[in-house]
Amino acid sequence: MDVTTLLIILLVGTFATYFSGDKWAPKVALLVGITAFASAICLLNQYNLGNEISYTKLWIAKPKIYLAFQADGLALAMLLLTTALTPIIIFSSFGNTYKNSKAFYALIVFMSFAMSGTFLASDGLLYYIFWELALIPIYFIALIWGNGDAEERKKAVVKFFIYTLAGSLFMLIAFIYLQTKAGSFLISDLTQLKLSSTEQFWIFLAFFLAYAIKIPLIPFHTWQAKVYQKAPTVGTMLLSGIMLKMGLYSVIRWQLPIAPLAAKEYMYVFIGLGIAGVIYGSIVALRQKDLKKLLAYSSLAHVGLIAAGAYTLTLDGLRGAVLQMIAHGFVVVGLFFVAEIIYRRYETRKIAEMGGIRAQTPKFTSMFMLLVLASVALPSTFNFVGEFTVLFSLSQVNIWFAIFGGTTIILGAYYMLKMFQHVMLGETNTKLFADVTFNEGLTLVIIIAVLFFFGLYPKPIMTLITPSLENILTQINRFN
Amino acid sequence: MNTLIAISGLGVLCLLFEIFNFRKAIVPVTIIGLLAILGLTYAEFNAPASFYNNMIVVSKFSAVFSALFIVLTVFLIALSHDFYEDHQTKISDFIAIKIFMLAGAVAMVSFGNLAMFFLGIEVLSISLYILAASNRLNVKSNEAGMKYFLMGSFASGIILFGICFIYGAMGSFDVAEITEWSRSAELPIWFPIGITLVTIGMLFKIAAVPFHFWAPDVYEGSPTLTTTTMSTLVKVVAIATLYKLLTAMNADLSDTYINIIIVISIASMTVGNIMALKQNNVKRMLAFSGISHAGFMLMTLLNISNSAGNLLYYTTAYSLSGIAAFAVILYVCKNKNNEDIANFNGLGKNNPLMAAVLTASLLSMAGIPIFAGFFAKMFLFTQTIEAGYLIVVIAAVINSIISVGYYFKLILAMYNKEANEEATKTPFVLYAVAIVSILLNIVLGLFPSVVLDLLG
Repeated sequence: MDVTTLLIILLVGTFATYFSGDKWAPKVALLVGITAFASAICLLNQYNLGNEISYTKLWIAKPKIYLAFQADGLALAMLLLTTALTPIIIFSSFGNTYKNSKAFYALIVFMSFAMSGTFLASDGLLYYIFWELALIPIYFIALIWGNGDAEERKKAVVKFFIYTLAGSLFMLIAFIYLQTKAGSFLISDLTQLKLSSTEQFWIFLAFFLAYAIKIPLIPFHTWQAKVYQKAPTVGTMLLSGIMLKMGLYSVIRWQLPIAPLAAKEYMYVFIGLGIAGVIYGSIVALRQKDLKKLLAYSSLAHVGLIAAGAYTLTLDGLRGAVLQMIAHGFVVVGLFFVAEIIYRRYETRKIAEMGGIRAQTPKFTSMFMLLVLASVALPSTFNFVGEFTVLFSLSQVNIWFAIFGGTTIILGAYYMLKMFQHVMLGETNTKLFADVTFNEGLTLVIIIAVLFFFGLYPKPIMTLITPSLENILTQINRFN
Repeated sequence: MNTLIAISGLGVLCLLFEIFNFRKAIVPVTIIGLLAILGLTYAEFNAPASFYNNMIVVSKFSAVFSALFIVLTVFLIALSHDFYEDHQTKISDFIAIKIFMLAGAVAMVSFGNLAMFFLGIEVLSISLYILAASNRLNVKSNEAGMKYFLMGSFASGIILFGICFIYGAMGSFDVAEITEWSRSAELPIWFPIGITLVTIGMLFKIAAVPFHFWAPDVYEGSPTLTTTTMSTLVKVVAIATLYKLLTAMNADLSDTYINIIIVISIASMTVGNIMALKQNNVKRMLAFSGISHAGFMLMTLLNISNSAGNLLYYTTAYSLSGIAAFAVILYVCKNKNNEDIANFNGLGKNNPLMAAVLTASLLSMAGIPIFAGFFAKMFLFTQTIEAGYLIVVIAAVINSIISVGYYFKLILAMYNKEANEEATKTPFVLYAVAIVSILLNIVLGLFPSVVLDLLG
């Protein structure tokens, strides 16, 4: 068994979902998602046993393009994140009904396929293809099943599409340029290149454009809040939980090892951008009146910190970034799900129209509270492990970075708790708030369990990702 | 050579069908005939030869492009069945004209003599003038035919003028002899002038900036099926011919010439895309998109000695997605008197399959993976960067981004707007053409080597 099995499961699953019809599509999609997760676990097992799970085959002879999928610890960690979140996201949508649901769920599974491919691909062009493929389903999901005014939604979604496409096309040029130098798109060849520092600078910049838009980093974030708000919650979860991790993962996997000199030379600039995102995102989040938008800006702040961690080029920074990516993926999906649960009952996303829910549903309140605490990186949650490691690595580069980056915890706690207070506390709301259903509760419990389990015992993930991060670090330092 | 004879024979046969009143059988018989001729092309691919004192030279290049033209014509003929439903009495004429046009096209890529080249271009053009004006009672169609005829004959005149200069410089119409002479150290000034004039004439046929002004009006006014022909088959024929002309006559393009190609290429892409953004008529939009694609295709001339495979791949990808897109347009605008984007509102609900095909073909044109259009652009970019023209590639990429703007306008209309009216029944042929061409496009995307290696 190699990694292609998983991709084939997801691809076949896309068609199976579509052809199973509107009634069965959600269940089939969930089944596909769970099967994919199971096979990811099998892959992990094989990997730990030392079996070969990578796959390489020549696809196009001239220019040389390989069907190359390589699963090291880092890729596997991201793969597990994707395949674990996909069924959770699908399951979370069970309380809603979507028209033409066969297409809706097929697109979700397809997106999971494309994102898994992005994490696994080790040939630049193949990676690029998956990267772009992931864009198409989310475009349609947000466009067709999104909420709010159709005209406004259209504007937001098209802006998002053109932005991300624009960025990634420059990445394509960079890849083609690298290919003319190296003779193939394989990452193992590309990381051997001895490029001059000018070349590295331009290539770094081309990659940066693609990733900064996807992650998003300031000042390329302008598409984000609108799209998060307009997309259906499932789409928002896919975007924030997995898709923006594609950008962060790519920084570590492709950008830094290929152009390390530029990364070193302009390290302060990029860390600075990340930190600026932290502060900007937190401050803007404070002012938000829309729950989903607030979460979008908080997400901006968190990914800014992750990116800053990755750009420190230290083992701790990279490791913290990866841990925080996974932690953030889970917590953000949980929080958006909470927003969705409230929306199902109150049909509003305005924070001002909520409040006083606590007394009606203590179970939901405590689960929400746990998620909020995880989001503000309370010790013993997974997010604490990630954020702490990142902040530590930042302090080693420059103490000021750590101080400004640390505001994410302080400001984060402020706006998240304030939000919690406005949404949940206060005088008991006159509108009835039905208690969470079994499905909703189960989803939240799974997410919270993951966050606390790895918060207390992060070692399995640490040991999984550390060797591959060390490899990447040697590649980064090959010019010294 | 057999291909050309067989195609002409088939054209005559179509005319005879009218006499014997076999109108119903004409479309299937022509398609079967064309597929049989495709077999002949295959035989020619493996046996290059020259005929009639080098008038016709069959090479791998000509055989492969002839095959592409034949495939495109098969699609066009299949679409005719439905399109000319109301003109049963004229169907044999229209189909015969299309077949003769194909003969002209094949002559254009397999010429060995400039006289043959000119004959080919005239056969092709005259057939097109007729087709453009074929909706006799429609003022717009008449206008399109007239405009195209005036501009086209002007361009033909320039080409002829250029050929005269070349003859004056070289003393021969034979391409092989001209090539031999062109390697000598001292070339008379008439030779480059002649080449330039011929290039200008061909750029007109390709509709590259600044010779593009006829395209939007003619595309809009002509009957939709003629527009389909122009934007797929004719564009491919013209660029392939220009490529062949330049490779056959002087393989070493001078720096000045290259610089001019760069300027024209970038200008075509940019003007085409920016103008397309503003269009509300789908045919006009695709006309401008075609102009920008002409700019992309011209990039192959920058690395002329070994970009034949890329040109073939690009033109195949482009024309297949064009056929698929137009099949949907034919369906949507069948009983409408215009082709405004508003007609496409709600197609995603009314007819999800056709909407999906149109989406796929537009994504292919925009260069989104996994469609062939992406690989076409990718190979083109790779080769252009290898040849050292990074600046052109950057311009091309910026243009690809702009192009998403108008392609998505159409996609948005299909999925994000409510339908104005009820769905109408789709004729089977339109489905078949749309789906087969888009599937071919996707298959080419998955296995690009199949086409790419033909002219490797």
